[in-house]
Parts: sequence; structure tokens; C-alpha cells
Amino acid sequence: MTRVGVVTFPGSLDDRDAQRAVRFAGAEPVALWHGDHDLQGVDAVVLPGGFSYGDYLRCGAIASHSPIMREVIAAAERGVPVLGICNGFQMLTEAHLLPGGLIRNDHGSFVCRDQVLRVENASTAWTNGYTVGQEITIPLKNGEGGYIASAETLARLDGEGLVAFRYVGVNPNGSLDDIAGITNARGNVVGLMPHPEHAVEAGFGPDTPLAMRSGVDGLTIFRSALEAVLAA
Amino acid sequence: MPKIVVDVMPKAELLDPQGKAVAGALTRLGRSEFTSVRVGKRFELTVEGPVDADVLSAVREIADDLLSNSVIEDVVNITVVDEAGEHSAASASGVLA
Repeated sequence: MTRVGVVTFPGSLDDRDAQRAVRFAGAEPVALWHGDHDLQGVDAVVLPGGFSYGDYLRCGAIASHSPIMREVIAAAERGVPVLGICNGFQMLTEAHLLPGGLIRNDHGSFVCRDQVLRVENASTAWTNGYTVGQEITIPLKNGEGGYIASAETLARLDGEGLVAFRYVGVNPNGSLDDIAGITNARGNVVGLMPHPEHAVEAGFGPDTPLAMRSGVDGLTIFRSALEAVLAA
Repeated sequence: MPKIVVDVMPKAELLDPQGKAVAGALTRLGRSEFTSVRVGKRFELTVEGPVDADVLSAVREIADDLLSNSVIEDVVNITVVDEAGEHSAASASGVLA
């Protein structure tokens, strides 16, 4: 069975939710610890959301220098699928696995809502189960989710198809070019601010036109990684 | 023991929501002469032993790699404060050099 590691940092909140999402997708979740140098041979890694180190210094900055991150960076460079959700996305930018950075929301407030996203790149390790242009709804909850990058980087992301997800309807945090998530050139590393792990089980996801809380659009992200691992 | 002070500011061209909130508070206090506020960070690193070229170069590296993120921030100042509290500019960081 495909094994997907979920790293717990001091201050991680959604590590258990991410493990659960991995299980719903049909893989075996493996709890990994920030202070270890051991990825336990997992096939893919999830850096979960939360407030690692209390968001001290900069969101994700201290976690990005933790022992396990050396192994995550090395694995990412070997092509192992790595997903960063929210605080995990912030860690990926701080670790320079993804370009740009995330700053406080332009309106200054924490935002929590069911967010519509458009899939812009459906050929990454974490998005291959979607189709380009598909609109999905998953929860978003952040205070520092404003994506920024230099004009040059933004042009490269757009030109090379490295924007994975864009916000649709509402730009909830002032992200440049409505960017909600990006990927690296190889497509194995993806970071996004919204939380796919909160939309994996009917009854506990966002509302849909069919029924309250029935949205499971996030599950495809985790299933995509399984496909990517099997195809590798 | 001597201290090395590192000042980090959000990049000038970026929105600084924290500064904007403080500027809004000033306006509400009737201090309308202040048109903008930017909020940065000050780090004080206490050093054991003398501050030599090696220590300064280590601080510059730390300032660029950990204390700041060059995508969103600039290291604007590195200063050595000796035991008597005298300040001396330790030269600009790699960002400004």
C-alpha cells in the first residue's frame, strides 16, 4: 500500500486531518516528526496546516529549518511528491522549494470560508485527478495567505503553467494574480493555502447544491498523489 | 557582552497591513500629520567574545537566511552595540551590498 507521510511540527493543527484524508484516499498515513531525520521510506509527504512555532519570525520560517525538512527537501529534489497545505505551503516557500512568499491578508483579518478554486494545472503529482479549468470548493482559513512574488516570478509561473490553483469569485487574501496554489517545474511539489483535507468525507465538507456539507472535492488531491506514485 | 542589532523591514513596494493598521489608529487619534507607518523587526544577538570579521560575516549570513526572507523583506541595518552601549554601523548586509 502506498505510504504517505504527514509531518507534525510544534503547532501543527491539521496533521490528523491530513492523515485521515490520506486514509480516505486509500493510502496508509505515516506520522512523521519534525525533529527526526527519518522519512520512514514514505512514497509522498504532506506538510500540514497550523501555526508551527506560533508563526514566530515568519509563518513557516522556523519549521522550514527543522531536521525533517532537510530530508523533505532532499526527497523533493529526487521527485517524491510533496504537498504543503496552508502553513505547509508557507514552509515550502521558506525552504525555497517553491518561489514567492505569503504575507498577511490585505484586509488584515483572518478569513474562514468555503472557497471556489479553478484548477489551472492538472498534470502535477497532486492535481492529476482533476481537469484543467475544473472548479472545486474546499475550505480556506488563514490570516497570512496573501501570495506575493516579483513581477518576473509571476510572469514565469504564468508562462510555464506553474500556477496550480486560482481563486474564483472572491480573492480572499489579496494574493497576486489570484494565486491559491503553485507547483514546481517538475510538478512533484505543490503548495496551496486552502485545505483539501477538510473536504474528503460527505457530512463534514463544504455545502454543495446537492446537500449540506457533502463536498469532497479535496479528496482528489490525495488520490492524485497515489496515481503519481503508482505511475512513477 | 556586545550585541549585534539586525533591523529587518518589509519591502518598500509591498503592502504592509500591520503598518496600515497602525496608521489607521493614528488617524483616529487625530494624528493626521503622519501619512504612513511601516512596521519592521529588530533582532538583538548577544555575542560571547569579541565581534570580529568572522562573527560579522556569520551575522550577515543569518540575517539573510533566517532572520529575513528576501522575497518579502530587506535587511536594512546591522549595528554592533559594545558593552558601553556605543553604536557602530557594522556595514550593510548582503542585501544592500
